[in-house]
Amino acid sequence: MAETLTIVLDGRELSARPGQTILAAADEAGVWIPRLCHKGGLEPYGGCRVCVVKANGRPVAACTQPVSPGLVVESDTPELTEQRRILVELLFVEGNHFCMSCEKSGNCELQALAYRLGIAAPRFEYLFPARALDASHPDILLDRNRCVLCARCVRSSRELDRKQVFGFAGRGAGRRIVADAANGLAGTQAHSDDHALDACPVGALVRKRVGFAVPVGARLYDQLPIGSGSTAAAPAEKP
Amino acid sequence: MSTELECAVAEVCASVGGDRTRLLDVTRALQGRFGCVSPQAMDLVARALGLPRTTVEGVVSFYSFLSAAPKGRVVIRLCDDVVDRLYGYERVLSAFCAELGIELGGTTSDGAITLERTACIGMSDQAPAALVDDVVVTELSSDKAREVVAGLREHMDPRRLVRRLGDGNNAHPLERSMVKNQIQRAGPFLLAELVRGEAIRKAASISPVEVIRAVKTARLRGRGGAGFPTGMKWEYARAAPGERKYVVCNADEGEPGTFKDRVLLTELPDRVFAGMTIAGYAIGARQGILYLRGEYAYLLPFLEDVLARRRADGLLGRNISGKHAFEFDIRIQLGAGAYVCGEETALLSSCEGGRGDPRNRPPFPAQHGYLGCPTVVNNVETLACVTRILEAGPASFCEYGSDQSSGTKLLSLSGDCGRPGVYEVPFGISLREVLALANARDTAAVQVGGPSGQMVGPAEFDRKLGFEDLATGGALVVFGPGRNLVEIAQRYLEFFEDESCGYCTPCRVGNVLLRRGLERVLAGRAEPADLAQLESLGQTIKATSRCGLGQTSPNPLLSSLQRFRPLYEALVRPGSEGRRRSFDLERAVGEAARIRTGGRHG
Repeated sequence: MAETLTIVLDGRELSARPGQTILAAADEAGVWIPRLCHKGGLEPYGGCRVCVVKANGRPVAACTQPVSPGLVVESDTPELTEQRRILVELLFVEGNHFCMSCEKSGNCELQALAYRLGIAAPRFEYLFPARALDASHPDILLDRNRCVLCARCVRSSRELDRKQVFGFAGRGAGRRIVADAANGLAGTQAHSDDHALDACPVGALVRKRVGFAVPVGARLYDQLPIGSGSTAAAPAEKP
Repeated sequence: MSTELECAVAEVCASVGGDRTRLLDVTRALQGRFGCVSPQAMDLVARALGLPRTTVEGVVSFYSFLSAAPKGRVVIRLCDDVVDRLYGYERVLSAFCAELGIELGGTTSDGAITLERTACIGMSDQAPAALVDDVVVTELSSDKAREVVAGLREHMDPRRLVRRLGDGNNAHPLERSMVKNQIQRAGPFLLAELVRGEAIRKAASISPVEVIRAVKTARLRGRGGAGFPTGMKWEYARAAPGERKYVVCNADEGEPGTFKDRVLLTELPDRVFAGMTIAGYAIGARQGILYLRGEYAYLLPFLEDVLARRRADGLLGRNISGKHAFEFDIRIQLGAGAYVCGEETALLSSCEGGRGDPRNRPPFPAQHGYLGCPTVVNNVETLACVTRILEAGPASFCEYGSDQSSGTKLLSLSGDCGRPGVYEVPFGISLREVLALANARDTAAVQVGGPSGQMVGPAEFDRKLGFEDLATGGALVVFGPGRNLVEIAQRYLEFFEDESCGYCTPCRVGNVLLRRGLERVLAGRAEPADLAQLESLGQTIKATSRCGLGQTSPNPLLSSLQRFRPLYEALVRPGSEGRRRSFDLERAVGEAARIRTGGRHG
């Protein structure tokens, strides 16, 4: 029996294992902390900041912060929920997210988070960036307009597919996903069976020709809000 | 048959022994030779070092001094920091543009000269300033800008632009720089006579644990601004398991308005290197790295020479001070233009040749730092203080300063004052006293600690500099009467926006929106409610950002809004005619109007 410790999350005592992150301990106890860049089975990234909680009063990302004995964590508070709304709104205005025409609609974690957090429309101005599309690969489309820079594809490709396909270039607002070849995805080892494609929480990395196999209305978050019961992401659409 | 590029890549990669952690040096060398690291060069470097191409592209696209697109044979980087703007940046820029016949960001049609902007280059006390390749030109005027261009047109040799040499080691044959030290006030630290090797001898005569105890007794705290107790940091690194450990000196002083480390490196490099060596002895490290910001590349030959002399004198290398187990050497890693690399984990990534993206913490560098080994990262001034503590003893060090902030502090003073430059003052001195020393009159505001610090008004000039009150890494930018403080805040926000690494959402996106919001305020297109929204966005960026850059980036706005709210309120008005002030009717219908009249899109 592994040793355990106790933390307090929103007033509730949870048992956790040393070395576990706050998010993992909460998941195990069936308490959902909103998150976007985090995906079980991948190295924690800490980039989207949606999972930021207060641990002993200090803001930390739940996906990267390890538990410690007696840690008092606040997550479901009006202040943190408002912060999360702002962060999700920032992601919406930063890119070009047109849900009504996006094939990922209904299976999109960004969209589902917005609904769950009660966002009707962002309060911030849209930045309407000009972002390049990579349609070079015969079976895969990389649409940077919808990318939220969560690095899930980068991590999945490296950690699960054992390939080198994606990386980051640029900095600040110019940060972007790039393929590991001068001529784009077509020049890489990317394959339509890659885990990397299933990992994308939004419609940035999609398989070609299968977008509407499941009709709108019958998709994952059309049934239940994100974070209900299971924290699993949308099932991948395969031909 | 190999092309020139192929030969150069092979040669440069061989010069670092094919070590992929030297990618920054490799790309810097190619940039210097070809004026860019082209997509083709990226492929070649990736193959030669056995790295993914994305790693090479990631680095080239991260640092300001590297580029995939070709630049001119000489690059002029005009510093556009707030202080440069107070002292004639616009005039100098116009002169450069007119003389070169190009716009900012452009290259002359003959491919000779590129003109760019750059963030603070550590010359705020002699602004406006620019880098011409690695050569620093200071106190620019439109006349001087014209001279620079004329000189380059004649000989294309930036070094020949330096006519009058600066004081002290700035005139050293290996520097030959026009930069001035401007030490306006020296105290026990700057005045102390240095007996080379004495501090190291004293350290070697006691145990590493006793060295750490001395640093703790002196209550030394990090001089970079955060003020973490140095002895404690060393203890963690000493206790961390690991065969190899490292000492890293953070000489990436990029905080706008800071330049005291530049003066320390110019005049007291031995004291800095001795501090690193002592740190190595204390934690059990045999290797040190000085991370020198790319803007200070002109110091590199001089500093390499100092290191060579220390090796020759037995102050670096094996058997230091005749002690068998005392082995330490130092290499210098040159940066390539990225403020965020001053953040210690970003700095470590950069030392490893990668992008300067900060890392998640924990683990902290003391456990898991450079190449995954226990590492202490200390500021230049902190390490120089260590040498002083060993030389003179902890008690003498503590004679100055206050309980929580012992010793003296070097300040970088610039802006609207009679005597800009470096000041050594005891901790606990009031802002008012410092302003008096610097002959600053009718001061309207002081940016304490640079843009990541606080903008403070006259009501708070009796506050004291130190970790218990106004903590600062030492940058004080003074604004006299008549300066537009809101515009200054907006410029500082622009700086953070440019320098964000983009890893986390709040810093990457939030800073863009803050800057745009403040632009609307300045343009008279904002309403009172917009101020509240900017405040809440700023608070969110601070609370949720992943590293110190984002956690402080809204400070220019938030601290000036807190202390100078009437300035902001005078700029905002409620909307009229039932529409929001931010709604720009002309712009909204502009595109349609252009299409209708058959004009071009955009």
